[in-house]
Amino acid sequence: MEKEKTKNPNQNSFLFNLLTNRASSMTLAVVFALVFTSLLVWMMKANPISVFQTIITGAFGSTNNFTQVIQAWVPLVLASLGLMFTFTAGLWNIGMEGQIVMGAIFSYGIIRIFDGSDASSALVIILCILAGILGGTLWAFLVGLLKNFGGVNEIFGGLGFNFIADAVMLFLVFGPWKPEGVANGSTKMLDTRFWLPQIEGTYLSLWALGIAIVCVILVTVILQGTYFGLKLKAVGKNNKSSFLLGIHTNRYMLLAFVLCGVLAGLTGALQVLGFNHVLRNNISGGYGYIGLMVGMLANIQPLITAPIAFIFIALSKGAAGLGIDLKLDSNLAGVIQGALVIFVLIMDGVRKVLIKKFKGVQSG
Amino acid sequence: MDNSLAISIGSIFAWAGPVIFGVMGETITERAGVMNLSLNGSLILTAMVGFVVGTTTNNFMLGFLAAALVGALIALLIAFMSISLKQSQVAVGYVLAVATKSLAYFLGAPYVGKPVMLLPQVPIPYLSEIPFIGAILFKQTILTYMSYVLVFVCFWWIYKTHQGLILQGIGERPSAAYIRGVNVNRMRYIYTGIGGALVGIGGALYSLSVKTWNGQLSGFDGIGWIILAITIFGSWHPLKGAMGAYLFVLLQYLGIVLQPLLPNINSRIFQVAPFPLMILALLFVNIGNADWVDRTLAGLPEDVRRTIAKILRAMKTSPPAALGIPFEKE
Repeated sequence: MEKEKTKNPNQNSFLFNLLTNRASSMTLAVVFALVFTSLLVWMMKANPISVFQTIITGAFGSTNNFTQVIQAWVPLVLASLGLMFTFTAGLWNIGMEGQIVMGAIFSYGIIRIFDGSDASSALVIILCILAGILGGTLWAFLVGLLKNFGGVNEIFGGLGFNFIADAVMLFLVFGPWKPEGVANGSTKMLDTRFWLPQIEGTYLSLWALGIAIVCVILVTVILQGTYFGLKLKAVGKNNKSSFLLGIHTNRYMLLAFVLCGVLAGLTGALQVLGFNHVLRNNISGGYGYIGLMVGMLANIQPLITAPIAFIFIALSKGAAGLGIDLKLDSNLAGVIQGALVIFVLIMDGVRKVLIKKFKGVQSG
Repeated sequence: MDNSLAISIGSIFAWAGPVIFGVMGETITERAGVMNLSLNGSLILTAMVGFVVGTTTNNFMLGFLAAALVGALIALLIAFMSISLKQSQVAVGYVLAVATKSLAYFLGAPYVGKPVMLLPQVPIPYLSEIPFIGAILFKQTILTYMSYVLVFVCFWWIYKTHQGLILQGIGERPSAAYIRGVNVNRMRYIYTGIGGALVGIGGALYSLSVKTWNGQLSGFDGIGWIILAITIFGSWHPLKGAMGAYLFVLLQYLGIVLQPLLPNINSRIFQVAPFPLMILALLFVNIGNADWVDRTLAGLPEDVRRTIAKILRAMKTSPPAALGIPFEKE
């Protein structure tokens, strides 16, 4: 349909403008995603409006729900920010998930060392965070090494290491680190003095929130305000020419992995210290995988990850109530998120193709 | 004893069915220069669709057809977004891998625990009477037989037919194929669609013969990524790819058999075993492409260097030259 319009863009200028204007084309993408979701819900014999109501209530209906959204926004935005480095360098760090897991494992390791000692809790917490960062970085570095020196595409390297991280986690929580007596897939709870301080009666830690906000600013400054960020972008845009211009592309790609791992490790540490207070299976919560979609939509603009991560996490948290209220599976959140990204990519593609054709018409 | 061994070895071939369909589908797709990265989600969604359609209509045929159709539709969406809209194949494939998995769990939730229907085994007359081998290879479902045949059909198609030559051409040097009058993008659409349909049959084969749809498919989630790795490991060659697939299923099977020897270790850890192997396998086939290897080898004595270089060359694979690159006429 679009193709016919391009032959005579002037005659259909309204539709043409609608599809080529960035804002209206993105709005259309969101509308399409919502229509698509509604159709699916209708297919499942449920009312789309009550589904969206349930999701909105689930996310924002009470202070409790809202603090849960904010709490979960922290790991998602941190993961997405980490991915900004690898996306900028043109890399697909699917290994984010395992890097978060490793961060959590390393950070809990420190807790075990200091468990029962009378070391200052602030010191232990700082050590935990540093150890978490080390764990995430190590895991990311391995993927980077495999990519650079072994020719193993980071998608497969990263995925493999995700599964290995899961195995390490399972081994620990069912083996040496299981609480006495029971093996239920989680370790024993952290001593409360090692918890990041939380707002009374919620799971939200202002410290974790603060760290996330600082990271948003830091990553934005690094990527958009420094020479390093510029070079990284060059590596991502055109690897070969950057190399010919004298940028050590391999070194920059490794560095992108390392920086991504730093944020992944931090995410993992905060999941242990600020939210779960145990080490357990699935502690990464899929934030690495969702973060990739957030990162795609953010289109290497770190500042944009904040609102997109917020929308995505509100969908995830809001959909949790679907099973209870409407007997629908909460995986609908993943469907909506996926549909959003797909339609944004489609509309973006349509827009670019139309603009290119239109320019061709003008010049020719 | 002998017979039960034959049956358990036979189950390896049954298990390998979905993997073979997946590897062949992806091999054809990538040969045409398109990467269908959505495999993990496609397989889960088509497993769900095949199961639901098959059991509700009480007709296996319809189940497989529906799954093939869904697999082809996902693949065509990737083709549309990457060929016509010039979006990154990796991005599109990744999102679809995640989204179709969620879609499968969302749409399939009401069907969890519905009565199971498993594809019957059809022993082939005479052949199944062959001692030992007959029980392994020829007491299988029809789709498993088709998985054997498919491997050879793909091989024959790619290497022995004119159409196959064109298929290789659009993946290796699309501009040359274009000059010879091939509609590169149309052919890419067609092969991507066919590849997706094969993946869909693989998904349905899993839920209709290996393990039924139970809402989570915990042993199946992740296989799609392994299939992508096997395709690389098999250097985009149907016979080598099939070898990789059988090897993978064999290793997985050994993991299950040997697990009782290590009762202290959680069983889920064994499910992970293929993934480090996947990395190692990819490392082996790719390391010959790295510059530092050449540089290190240059410093070695001549005969040692030659031997190592020969081994590396034997293992080395390189993808179709135009894989993932959109074709532009100008």
